[in-house]
Amino acid sequence: MYVAVKGGERAIANAHAWLEEARRGDPALPRIAPEQIAGQLTLAVDRVMAEGSCCDRELAAIAIAQARGDLIEAAFLLRAYRTTLPRFGYSRPLETAAMRLIRRVSATYKDLPGGQILGPTFDYTHRLLDLAAAAGDPPPAPRAPADPAAAPRVTELLAREGLMAREEASDAEPPDLTRQPLPIPAPRPARLQNLARGDEGFLLALGYSTQRGYGNSHPFVGELRIGWASVEVETPEFPFPVDIGEIPLAECQMVNQFHGSAGAPPQFTRGYGLSFGHGERRAMAMALVDRALRADEYGEERAAPAQQEEFVLLHSDNVEATGFVEHLKLPHYVDFQSELENLRAIRALKEAAE
Amino acid sequence: MSGVPGFSYAYLDEGTKRMLRRTLLKAVAIPGYQVPFGAREMPLPYGWGTGGIQVTAAIIGPSDVLKVIDQGSDDTTNAVSIRRFFRRVAGVATTERTTEATIIQTRHRIPETPLREGQILVYQVPMPEPLFRLEPRLAETRRLHALADYGLMQVRLYEDIVRHGAIATAYNHPVMVDGRYLMSPSPIPAFDNPKMHRMPALQLFGAGREKRIYAVPPYTDVVSLDFEDHPFRPIRAPHACALCGAADSYLDEVLTDDSGGRIFVCSDTDYCATRQAARQAAE
Repeated sequence: MYVAVKGGERAIANAHAWLEEARRGDPALPRIAPEQIAGQLTLAVDRVMAEGSCCDRELAAIAIAQARGDLIEAAFLLRAYRTTLPRFGYSRPLETAAMRLIRRVSATYKDLPGGQILGPTFDYTHRLLDLAAAAGDPPPAPRAPADPAAAPRVTELLAREGLMAREEASDAEPPDLTRQPLPIPAPRPARLQNLARGDEGFLLALGYSTQRGYGNSHPFVGELRIGWASVEVETPEFPFPVDIGEIPLAECQMVNQFHGSAGAPPQFTRGYGLSFGHGERRAMAMALVDRALRADEYGEERAAPAQQEEFVLLHSDNVEATGFVEHLKLPHYVDFQSELENLRAIRALKEAAE
Repeated sequence: MSGVPGFSYAYLDEGTKRMLRRTLLKAVAIPGYQVPFGAREMPLPYGWGTGGIQVTAAIIGPSDVLKVIDQGSDDTTNAVSIRRFFRRVAGVATTERTTEATIIQTRHRIPETPLREGQILVYQVPMPEPLFRLEPRLAETRRLHALADYGLMQVRLYEDIVRHGAIATAYNHPVMVDGRYLMSPSPIPAFDNPKMHRMPALQLFGAGREKRIYAVPPYTDVVSLDFEDHPFRPIRAPHACALCGAADSYLDEVLTDDSGGRIFVCSDTDYCATRQAARQAAE
């Protein structure tokens, strides 16, 4: 005889005890400390900070450990925590032109003021799996300090010549997607916020698609800059903005061709990418998608997936996406039963008619 | 008020609860209209009832008695998890009895026992937009609602009839609320649709991932879409419950072996248990 499914509470408790054990792994090996994750799996931490939209290495490292290294789960943990924190103010816009740079690359100029700085990059490494990686620490790398004042933005250099479309400065209060639903159609600040915490894989695939003909894009990396930017806040106590510290950032400005329209002369246009941490790939992909989403602005036909604002913005969030995809494993037998009965009824109708 | 130290009562901060309550008031004032709101990340995943949880968190108080069901049952794992969440963060009394609850949070069912005035039914909603399979663009569906242009849905139901001889929507059958807005009843079986019509209890719908809240105030007309010559038919398995004998309740089909053996039992576990207890008491 059928016994109703009971004991959910105990099953859940036991499953979570098992999870705890699996998370710990072999007890003969030392547990990984969050400090080690924060200090050595830095790009994983960067990705979780970006997608968790919370710039805090320690919290992101704790989340990665708790998530068994599942970075989407970690981003979710971080978001669920950050949403409970009180909001005590907004910073001034970041001055990324004055970033303390560790890497700065332009693909459009051979040399430029401030120079090219390769920095700690995977580029030009030969991807040979290092089977002796555990053997000893590397010697300190030689480095020369970069001078931020001497590294003006490449897009600014072009704009001065009138060859790059200038962005309209605006004092309008930008929307805050962590507090408000996404407005549709979305103004660019809302789009950029959405993309900045969008899933890296999704951004990468969409950006890639614009290079392969799905969307009319001919991008150059005008500039990619990685480093630290100061965060300034205005407080009632001081008559000047107060520097409260630095955050790690990756910023990419893509230069795109534009053949001009009735209202605008032919000039370059830009796509913009910005990421917490040193997520270079994320910033580049975001810049491609940002430019694709500006199709209306430049009178371009919106034909490719990356140009469809609702499609891109409503499916970019991996915390939302993973929740809804994974909810399919919840019981659906009530709906399924009504489908079953409906199917039986319709088939009976059909058989009676034949 | 008790809860978890370090977190607000019922988890959400007071500012967020105020925002939710304002949204709920607007939703009640415009029955069936989807009100956008700034849904928060909850400690449970999107798609697992975060909309319903936020609505419940905004309205619950220490004197409330909460019931949580999923597929009609208090014992399904996600219902257990949500009930435990509110016990923990709101210190609230919980029950499995429909008649004792002041708030019932549900996924996919309306209880068989008729609800009364003063009770609140909170639905977890995956896709609040009734037209989404016909028109995925939100900007466009918003326009269609503004114009009350629901021809798309009528045509879809008509095509069902032409193709299958009957309307083939078994669950999530769209309803007109107060003669104005087309509304998704959330994926409840069509069997439950008539219970929404002029229900004495307040019905609130929360879609967290989609960031929409809507409502049906007590005693509001809720009419399932149909045609004069093809009236709406609630569907249930044509059997009686194997446990309590009910011939009027919604049934789940349970496979008992791999050679076609099956029984049908009430999906509403409280309704079934109450009937079984009454039968035993009578014997």
